[in-house]
Amino acid sequence: MIEDPVEAWITGQLALTLLAVDPVGLKGVHLRARAGPVRDTLLAAIPDDLRPLRRISPGISDTQLYGGIDISATLAQGRLIREQGLLARKQRLLLTMAERCEPGLAARLAQALDGEAGHSVILLDEGADADERAPAALIERLAFSLDLDGLRSADMADIALDPRDIDMAREALPQVAVPDEALAVLVVTAARFGIHSLRAPLLALACARAHAALSRRQTVGDDDLRLAAQLVYAHRATMIPQEPDETEDTPEPPQPDDTQAKGPDETEQTTPDEMLIEAVKALLPPEILAALQSGGTGRGAKGSGGAGALRKGNRRGRPLPSRPGKPDGAHRIDIVATLRAAAPWQPLRRQAQPDAKGLLIRPSDIHLRRFKEMSDRLVIFAVDASGSSAVARLAEAKGAIELMLAEAYARRDHVALIAFRGEGAQVILPPTRSLVQTKRRLASLPGGGGTPLAAGLRAATELARQAGGHGLSPSLAVLTDGRANVPLPGRTGRAAAVEDAHSMAGLWRATGLPSALVDTGNRPTRDLATLAHAMGGAYVPLPRADSRGLSRAIGQALEA
Amino acid sequence: MTRNQPFPFSAIVGQDAMKTAMILTAIDPGIGGVLVFGDRGTGKSTAVRALAALLPPITVVHGSPTNAATPEDQPDWAETVPDVLVERPTPVVDLPLGATEDRVVGALDIERALTRGEKAFEPGLLARANRGYLYIDEVNLLEDHIVDLLLDVAQSGENVIEREGLSIRHDARFVLVGSGNPEEGELRPQLLDRFGLSVEVRSPNDVEERIEVIRRRAAFDADKSAFMDHWTAEDAKIREAILAARGRLAGVAAPDPTLRDCAELCIALGSDGLRGELTLLRTARALAAYLGDPAVTRAHLRRVAPMALSHRLRRDPLDEAGSSTRVSRTVEDVFA
Repeated sequence: MIEDPVEAWITGQLALTLLAVDPVGLKGVHLRARAGPVRDTLLAAIPDDLRPLRRISPGISDTQLYGGIDISATLAQGRLIREQGLLARKQRLLLTMAERCEPGLAARLAQALDGEAGHSVILLDEGADADERAPAALIERLAFSLDLDGLRSADMADIALDPRDIDMAREALPQVAVPDEALAVLVVTAARFGIHSLRAPLLALACARAHAALSRRQTVGDDDLRLAAQLVYAHRATMIPQEPDETEDTPEPPQPDDTQAKGPDETEQTTPDEMLIEAVKALLPPEILAALQSGGTGRGAKGSGGAGALRKGNRRGRPLPSRPGKPDGAHRIDIVATLRAAAPWQPLRRQAQPDAKGLLIRPSDIHLRRFKEMSDRLVIFAVDASGSSAVARLAEAKGAIELMLAEAYARRDHVALIAFRGEGAQVILPPTRSLVQTKRRLASLPGGGGTPLAAGLRAATELARQAGGHGLSPSLAVLTDGRANVPLPGRTGRAAAVEDAHSMAGLWRATGLPSALVDTGNRPTRDLATLAHAMGGAYVPLPRADSRGLSRAIGQALEA
Repeated sequence: MTRNQPFPFSAIVGQDAMKTAMILTAIDPGIGGVLVFGDRGTGKSTAVRALAALLPPITVVHGSPTNAATPEDQPDWAETVPDVLVERPTPVVDLPLGATEDRVVGALDIERALTRGEKAFEPGLLARANRGYLYIDEVNLLEDHIVDLLLDVAQSGENVIEREGLSIRHDARFVLVGSGNPEEGELRPQLLDRFGLSVEVRSPNDVEERIEVIRRRAAFDADKSAFMDHWTAEDAKIREAILAARGRLAGVAAPDPTLRDCAELCIALGSDGLRGELTLLRTARALAAYLGDPAVTRAHLRRVAPMALSHRLRRDPLDEAGSSTRVSRTVEDVFA
């Protein structure tokens, strides 16, 4: 991570300048920052070459993107009037609230970026939590990803860049030569950071060329490569390169067990690569370092965090009465209701327009169909991974989760997993339907320590709230075998632990969502039954269940 | 610079399984489509878009909304068009995620209904994809009701629209090509089964290969026409090979031992239904035709078995090995 705020600021400006030099090659910037003076100043500093920016929101309709019939104008003039879509011409798009972008819109924008029309996009991502991000499919296609959080207005230095410099760089760009070694260096560096996508080296190459052009160089040099690697690779890295010769600064080698991360271990590295690797390493986001050092999975595995199954929420459902509205391509017009609304006015309108032929329909007559939407269900497993629960229980819980997921498609369930042990709770598996992801995450589920039931319940409530916002209907299955013995942070003692667990249970109850508490202990415990009651859920004592029994019992308890 | 010039198919480095699968479906569209699963940035979309340039042109009635081959095939609702036959490239139609039902199957032509009071049909993507390819990127994120529609049409080869006072049917025979990232969700088994072949793609692990990918892409972006000059000839070679293979296809023999091999393989794998055997044989036959061999042999079966069968296995959530490894293992056992 860039420690120095001033440097972060300069990097942001540089990224935007490079984008202005080569918007087609670099595709755009993912800008993660809250709305505020810092973001505004950066956006105000966008070079003129990137203007005019078209502001779009995640709710943009297909008609606006691709063009369609301008219904109001068509009806007013009695002949077909089409409106042109945004994407028909080369656009500099600015997507606000990118963290709310639906996978469908992301796919369409991604398709537009892949095309030859030369679009570029700036994503404004205001996501509050780590899992609330702009869709990965979009971020992946853009060269830069900037994080301005923690930057204060005082840190902002004014960088005056002569617009003529950018113009000259644009002209010089096609002539910038790329030595073959430079390609090799970029590719090898990407591979060593565990970046599998081949888009990354291409974007880095474009970035290096743009920087060379901006620095008035004819050929891409080491400086350009270093900067390109820093700007394009740092946020994509999924592993820290292993160093054969020096060991002082990496405490533990990264675990190669995640994904198919295969470092090119057999290739001999040359010096320019090392230079690049050091440069990128200095900028690695801290959470990646932490994740890699704790042996967990890197960012690669949670690639779909923002997009994907998570938001694949609602389907068509039971029809509701139609309602007046403006056709936007996403809704269907209810013809009958529209005609019915127009019918009583015909004589009156005829008087106003005696020459008009056919029905006289005004935009206000148009009715849209509506459907009552059904949500996908999300089953949150909160699993006790404490020492008492031990390895066998954990294995059964894992099995049950995989089984439920295998049936997920038929039952429309998503699955998430929270493990609580030791001092707190951890979301091991964010809501997903993907078997592949589940297996990867479950394989590394650790066990041992105390039973922080309160923390587990709090994490579950938090996750349920988030998932609800994405259009899922959550339910909770808690698997534990013992009483709470670790309170929330800041308190001590067993009594406090039980008290906290009960207050957190109340918190869940307040959500009004279904839950089940599965007692996996050898003998049913009264404490747990009381807790289940406090959660407003079912209590299921299940001392000797295997994975299949568990999955069935949970299904029944939540169904009830 | 031509707009929307796709990257040439022959210039795609590596990814042999994916390329072979696409060539084989081009030889015999009856195989029924390809599903490409893999991580982001592995060239899935590039390959599909490049495919269009490889496909031999088709003859259609000029102006036909469903690419009808003869005036008799022209659906009766379509406006009358002159009996002129023209050649045009095989359609490769994109089905974007989030497309509405109306856009996919076609719907009442609202503008004409409202402005002229006429009941006319506005054909959708399925009509445009007739006799060509329908490409769905991120197929595993497709909404359920669209999937249901596709399943039905892909099976029957006919699109039936019964709503809003319309009663219309037209041919919709297309090769389904889907791509997706398995991390983002599973595909319904019913939809999986509709794809003839499935391949998994990975980024190449070999550094030289990766460098070559970047080198070619950079050359393509820098000077499209020079790059195309070189590779168009290569593409043309593949296209001719596909045409030649189509001619040979009917003559490729499938001897009894081969049929037995197919059946034994599918039984050993426990794949549901007979579609596995049929696809396996068809694919192996297309491969034999492509290679110019007179009959289908075990060598052909061995090469196509993973792509024809891996997605038809009953999924065992507790099995860690990938399904294509399971297929290869079983092939070795059965053919041992």
